[in-house]
Amino acid sequence: MTAEWAMILAVLIPLFGALLIAFTGKKPNLRESMSLLTSLALLTTVLSLLPTVLAGNQPSVTLLDIAPGLAIKFVLEPLGMLFACVAALLWPINTLYSIGYMRGNKEQHQTRFYICFAIALSSTMGIAMAGNLLTLFICYEVLTLSTYPLVTHKGDEAALKAGRVYLGILLSTSIGFLLLAILWTWYLTGTLDFKAGGILDGKVAGPELIILLFLYMYGIGKAALMPIHRWLPAAMVAPTPVSALLHAVAVVKAGVFTVVKIVVYVFGLDMLKLSAGADWILWLAGFTIIVASIIALRQDNLKRRLAYSTISQLSYVILAIFILAPLSTAAAALHIAAHAFGKITLFFAAGSIYTAAHKTNISQLNGIGYRMPWTMTAFSIGAISMIGLPPTAGFLSKWYMLMGAFQEQQLFAVLVIIASTLLNAAYFIPIIYAAWFKQPEQHEHSYGEAPMAIVFALMITAALTLLLFFFPDVPLQLATSIIGGQP
Amino acid sequence: MIESHLSLLIVAIPLIAAPVVAVLPNGRAPWLFSTLITWSVFYLAILQLTNVLTGGVVSYELGGWAPPWGIEYRIDSVNALVALIVSGIAAISLPYALTSVAKEIPKKQTSLFYAAFLLCLTGLLGITQTGDIFNLFVFLEISSLSSYALISLGKNRRALTASYQYLIMGTIGATFFLIGVGLLYSMTGTLNMQDLSQRLPEIFEHRTIHTAFAFIMVGFALKLAMFPLHLWLPNAYTYAPSIVTIFLAATATKVAVYVMIRVIFGVFSLHLIESTPTDELFLLLGMAGVIAASISAIYQTNAKRLFAYSSVAQIGYMVLGIGFGSVLGLTASFVHIFNHAIMKAALFMALGAILYRTGSNQVKDMRGLAHKMPWTFAAFVIGGLSLIGVPGTAGFISKWYLVLAALEQQSWIVVVVILTGSLLAVAYVWKLVEIMYFNSGSNASSKTSSEDIKEAPLSLLLPLWLLVIANIYFGFDTSLTVGIAEPAAKMLLGDKP
Repeated sequence: MTAEWAMILAVLIPLFGALLIAFTGKKPNLRESMSLLTSLALLTTVLSLLPTVLAGNQPSVTLLDIAPGLAIKFVLEPLGMLFACVAALLWPINTLYSIGYMRGNKEQHQTRFYICFAIALSSTMGIAMAGNLLTLFICYEVLTLSTYPLVTHKGDEAALKAGRVYLGILLSTSIGFLLLAILWTWYLTGTLDFKAGGILDGKVAGPELIILLFLYMYGIGKAALMPIHRWLPAAMVAPTPVSALLHAVAVVKAGVFTVVKIVVYVFGLDMLKLSAGADWILWLAGFTIIVASIIALRQDNLKRRLAYSTISQLSYVILAIFILAPLSTAAAALHIAAHAFGKITLFFAAGSIYTAAHKTNISQLNGIGYRMPWTMTAFSIGAISMIGLPPTAGFLSKWYMLMGAFQEQQLFAVLVIIASTLLNAAYFIPIIYAAWFKQPEQHEHSYGEAPMAIVFALMITAALTLLLFFFPDVPLQLATSIIGGQP
Repeated sequence: MIESHLSLLIVAIPLIAAPVVAVLPNGRAPWLFSTLITWSVFYLAILQLTNVLTGGVVSYELGGWAPPWGIEYRIDSVNALVALIVSGIAAISLPYALTSVAKEIPKKQTSLFYAAFLLCLTGLLGITQTGDIFNLFVFLEISSLSSYALISLGKNRRALTASYQYLIMGTIGATFFLIGVGLLYSMTGTLNMQDLSQRLPEIFEHRTIHTAFAFIMVGFALKLAMFPLHLWLPNAYTYAPSIVTIFLAATATKVAVYVMIRVIFGVFSLHLIESTPTDELFLLLGMAGVIAASISAIYQTNAKRLFAYSSVAQIGYMVLGIGFGSVLGLTASFVHIFNHAIMKAALFMALGAILYRTGSNQVKDMRGLAHKMPWTFAAFVIGGLSLIGVPGTAGFISKWYLVLAALEQQSWIVVVVILTGSLLAVAYVWKLVEIMYFNSGSNASSKTSSEDIKEAPLSLLLPLWLLVIANIYFGFDTSLTVGIAEPAAKMLLGDKP
């Protein structure tokens, strides 16, 4: 199988899986096996592409030309490979978790759930491998639309309202700003291809460059840069596996991935260094990191606290990329992976607590560590990774981020990173402390660990968070080759 | 034989078939015969388009009288494409008609209905085919009169007033057009459009020409429901039978837009509209139409009326393209004529299927339908996405070229208006999607009454899905739409960049 075919397959396998799920919808066991099989097939396909990319190749396929110069095109470069690997790796685990969670909570419409999930993964693969802005934009919109039924899964009044916020913000930013930015780029350059060093270089300058940059940054609503972050906490009404999909596997990751991709391959680092606009975005990202952390500190609902934590962590990626140093670019790419593993563990744990103990608030978690030891161990590992302490993946990306900031003498970025690390610690450590060291309240109904599938899934992701610290070679090589080994 | 008389046959076949259908016994026979006729016309239109694309402009002399004295049918890629749209929509909607008409139109009127339908088709095709401006008026009247009749067939008695309202407005429009044509004739002594375009430049400064231009523009602005002359349209679309709404929404206004473009660029010239405030006026009215009609759409309680207002907004986009007077702008208008035809036909077909099952197109009666009619719902969502202009659908291509045309002119305000229009479309499409998708709030009484609702019959679903697939297909393959529209725009503008 050539790399080109494997790329096409990576997009088609989840779609085909969606069909299989639809046909086997009447038999839950068969349906879930199909879902798992599809996700494993996707993982195999994506991993088979890894050696090619590590060897420095960039396979590319043009599917069709919409108009002269406008093509549906896939190109696999290191950054996309990293993102595709993360998503493909987390999907089977998430599926396993979903099976436990959806059955444990007796959710309705499970067939629809698995179908939409598969379609979302297909579009995520499309985003990861997009060879130009148009392909990326199409897949970006498909991802928004396919996750809408997932966010509104419960189908009640609250879900309807959350869905409205979700779709309203994501669609209006992408149509209002991102599409305009893409069209403007096309008008200026006559191409939408991603190119090392950027395609806009020398084509736009001064205030126009700043406007274009802001159109891109606020057009990518999925990156949740303040003040367009509201959709993310709103989407918390969805079942936990969906939150995991939004926060770790696909949606927000697709957002920051797009940001990195556009900065590196559309603007180019060198060009942005000369513009004041880049500094403004850096400040906005810093602002988002701090403010979101402070809001997170004040949340008692566990999932909401995690949601605000995600908003702040996403801006780490934006901050890192806008330091505009080679090292921090690698850090941005690494952080996409590191945050994915850590955050999915945290959400799995939150869902596990909800399934087993029916608790949603942090104030109810006293002493829970002894009733659900596996869950809370995993939670602690995830939290440590969020704070950025060794031996977890979060440390790695933060380290490179700081190095890059020092290299560029970005004192502001350094201060933000330090301050936010303290804030992260301030909102995660109390949870860990309460879980392990506080006495449980009396007269509590008894409960134990969550179903096997859930516990198993969250143990894997916690292990991955640790493993990424000890064996960072492959992601590190991919991340550094974004800035280094460009043809 | 067919080859040489192709241009005439496309108009003549449905014209001759109409009286035949009228005398057929009520029931299935008129439907079968009309279907046969429209599909053969569709085939001929495809043939005509390929001929024009390979062999260039076709000029057909009616009755062998040489132009400019005789009537000339002059087919270039522009009207060949419009003829394809009109006949194609007719061909796709007729299979849909059998079931839909049986439900919505009394049996004793079926043969008359199909006769009127064919006459309307004749009129619309005639308008696109002809190269003679008076002949155009004649076909305009044929299509208008038959569409008044078609609209009045609606079950709701308000269809009669809607039809009457349309009749008054339409007649004013047609009269204005005729006055303009008369003035042109008095100044040039010719009615052939090609000939007119050669004689007019010498006398452009003449006040009579300006008056004629104004009359023709206002007349057709009425026919194409350009904001603020659109007031007849929402009522007509709402109360007409489903099949009539589908057909008229997808074709009648599109043909009017085509005439507008043809008259402006093929008879008068870009020079004239640029020396008068016409182009600014078009941009202004186009923008106002997009915003005002989209906002009105959001507040409608009847789904058909909602999409009728959306049509007015979409016409605004086409008017914007004309206002730019550039190759990109006209390309966008043509592409949108095509794309809007297939998306609106799909959406009205979905509403027709809902009406067939529930007997209502009120928004409040559509609650929870997604679970009972999943296929109709899915088609509706895709059609709606195309209307919004989500990438991967035909609507995206229209928006792409339209925004590009605006960027080229550096008119940022138009860019903002177009994108705002898309966002307003999100609001009104999603209002319906939400109410169909979510079950919440439905009380027990409405549940029991709607329990027997099931998926629409296959005869409605198949044409609907054909159009939905077309919406996706033309979002990726633009060789038919852009590939024809771009050279056509260049030709109309005389290669002026």
